Amino acid sequence: MAVERVSLVGNPNSGKSSLFNHLTGLNQHVGNYPGVTVDKKIGFCPLEKGKQISIIDLPGCYSIYPRSDDERIVQKVLTSPAQEEYPDLTLVIVDSSNLERGLLIYTQVHDLGLPIILVPTMIDVANNEGIMVDFDKLGEVLGCVAVCPVNARTGEGIDELKKSISAYTGHNHQNLFITADDFKGSLEKNKLLSAGYGHDASGNGKDNGHSNDTPFIPIFFDDPETQQIETELRYKKIRQLLGFVVNKKQKRSTYSKLTRKIDKLVTHPISGYAIFLGILTLIFQAIYSFAEWPMNLIDDVFFRLSYATKIWLPPGIFTDLLSEGIIPGIGGVVIFIPQIALLFAFIAVLEETGYMARVVFIMDKLMRPFGLNGKSVVPLISAVACAIPAIMATRNIDQWKDRLITILVTPLMSCSARLPVYTLLIALVIPDTLVGGIFNLKGLVLLGLYLLGLVAALGVALFLKWVIKAKRKSFLIMELPMYKMPRWRNVLLTILEKTKVFVWEAGKVIMAISIILWVLASYGPPERMEKAINDVPKPPVEEGLAWEDYEKKLNTVKLENSWIGLLGRTIEPAIAPLGYDWKIGIALITSFAAREVFVGSMATIYSIGEDFEEDNSLIDRMRTEVNPATGQLVYSLAAGVSLMVFYAFAMQCMSTLAIVLRETKNWRWPLIQTVYMTAMAYLAAWLTYYLLK
Amino acid sequence: MTQDVAHISLDQFELNQIGEIVYLEENQFKVKLIDMGLFPGKKVKMLMKAPLGDPVAVDLEGYTLSLRLKEASSIFLKSVN
Repeated sequence: MAVERVSLVGNPNSGKSSLFNHLTGLNQHVGNYPGVTVDKKIGFCPLEKGKQISIIDLPGCYSIYPRSDDERIVQKVLTSPAQEEYPDLTLVIVDSSNLERGLLIYTQVHDLGLPIILVPTMIDVANNEGIMVDFDKLGEVLGCVAVCPVNARTGEGIDELKKSISAYTGHNHQNLFITADDFKGSLEKNKLLSAGYGHDASGNGKDNGHSNDTPFIPIFFDDPETQQIETELRYKKIRQLLGFVVNKKQKRSTYSKLTRKIDKLVTHPISGYAIFLGILTLIFQAIYSFAEWPMNLIDDVFFRLSYATKIWLPPGIFTDLLSEGIIPGIGGVVIFIPQIALLFAFIAVLEETGYMARVVFIMDKLMRPFGLNGKSVVPLISAVACAIPAIMATRNIDQWKDRLITILVTPLMSCSARLPVYTLLIALVIPDTLVGGIFNLKGLVLLGLYLLGLVAALGVALFLKWVIKAKRKSFLIMELPMYKMPRWRNVLLTILEKTKVFVWEAGKVIMAISIILWVLASYGPPERMEKAINDVPKPPVEEGLAWEDYEKKLNTVKLENSWIGLLGRTIEPAIAPLGYDWKIGIALITSFAAREVFVGSMATIYSIGEDFEEDNSLIDRMRTEVNPATGQLVYSLAAGVSLMVFYAFAMQCMSTLAIVLRETKNWRWPLIQTVYMTAMAYLAAWLTYYLLK
Repeated sequence: MTQDVAHISLDQFELNQIGEIVYLEENQFKVKLIDMGLFPGKKVKMLMKAPLGDPVAVDLEGYTLSLRLKEASSIFLKSVN
């Protein structure tokens, strides 16, 4: 039998992912299982003589009886011979310092009749802990299974493992680990029969109807009560067997002593939160200072690329589509990569070291009243930089309800794309006064907007907690792994994987929406457009200031008379109660692409440069804008603050929607999110305008 | 048979107190708790409590699990010295 498909099964933190990375290197990709939001990690591993096998890294799990979507996938893959993922060899990875728990899943996979190689990891940790394991004997007592110890950290033993895989010829699958006899009257006979234990009860273990070509699959028990009895039996038997192969000296290792010491510090009521806050500050500092220049660079490159395309290609619809629709569309996807990469670098390090579990530990109680749990904290806080990686980071939350609530409220946190909008509007309407002699009012307003986002996120979470029904009650039974140095290879591969997922999966939706938006912003009813363009006085020479001015005016007229422009006028009655005119309406629609587009659209509408920090003309121009209907200034304090509140709440980001779609696999959720956030933005902006007017 | 006054639920444990699991109350977490290694006969030591007293972390013969008080209250142990 030649092995072609290998699956990796094991507890979380058993070194499974490191082993996968060692076996496949960069030869891996992430796919989807139909209907669920669990990532399917597949890679290829070269063996000797040019042979190659495919390796599927199943989600970490503790038992074949599923308690989460991740674990359901493990059960499904391992019990569906008809599926393409069904492995012909399974590597069960067990942490040698915690064999008892790791072997539970081993015995279950064994009883499914699957060919197995047992792969113990972390032998160095176990030895340091005073745990000595006789691996040859272990294989023997477990029913002649091949045992191949590896060090997933250094890669030691990987070559031997590969050899064992290529030399694998089949499994001497004799007995079930747990037989009907083990139950001894604790279960009725028909229950045992239906679970596939019948043949063994007759003492006919070797001939229970499975051979190499027809895998034997017991159905196992589907009611929790018998599952418990069975699991307890397995543990009992594992404990007995381990008595023969494990030699345990009473000694506390340096690793666990260090872990206890660090834990005292990081879970302390004062130093615990202080350290967490310090780490967060560090992450944000890094993201703001390191992500900015690659983002500016990307922005610049794509701007030049568009410009060059426009100059070098013959004018026409295709050139316009390429230079104004497609290239900026791709740019709009690529621009997020620095933030995603950096944030996931930090998240991966926090996960790898084991600190993340401690964050969950100290934050869980604080988040629970809001229908969130300790694992929601990092996504929520990350959203202050950008909601996209934040939503991608909700993968760790294993309960669907908690995860969904986190995804739905995360975009309410004020992300960095709102900052240019806030800065422009604050400069425009908030006076430069000192409050209480020390605080600048402008700064306070900005702080207030961030707090508004946080309060809204928690408030909505609280509301959703009542609305969304959970299939299962929330629980948090989580391992606190020992602290370890991060494996940089894993960190690197995480960054790569997340970036790829974003670019390929969210990128498609983002591209599609940006092209639609471009078409709507560049075309309008032809007659109307033509007339408006002809009405702009054309200067005699095609150069100089007058020509530049003409081109700017032309852009203004084009936008105003495009479909989006018309739409902006159409919605004017709806947004008038918020204090906005139709020009703001246009900017609201265009900034659906991304919030910061607001600034650019304003500049286009008023035919001036958009760099409001260097050059005051945009602010001056907006400040003097008068509403012809009322004769009053458009950007009054009331309208300005109302607009900021609108931006604080509104779902003005197609990239976030694309990633919500990818993470929930259902159009319903991004749609609901857009509707509720827009409604909230509208009501809050209306109230603000009404109160301040 | 096991309903005995001498058995204390895990949420009542003091820091560093050690006990042996006697039984688990029937509820929806029971299966998960057993999967994670909290089954009768296992020795448990209360390691630490989160700043607000909940969740707690216990040592299970060599590895550390964190669980909420609600889950801990369904695990009954006898004290071991």
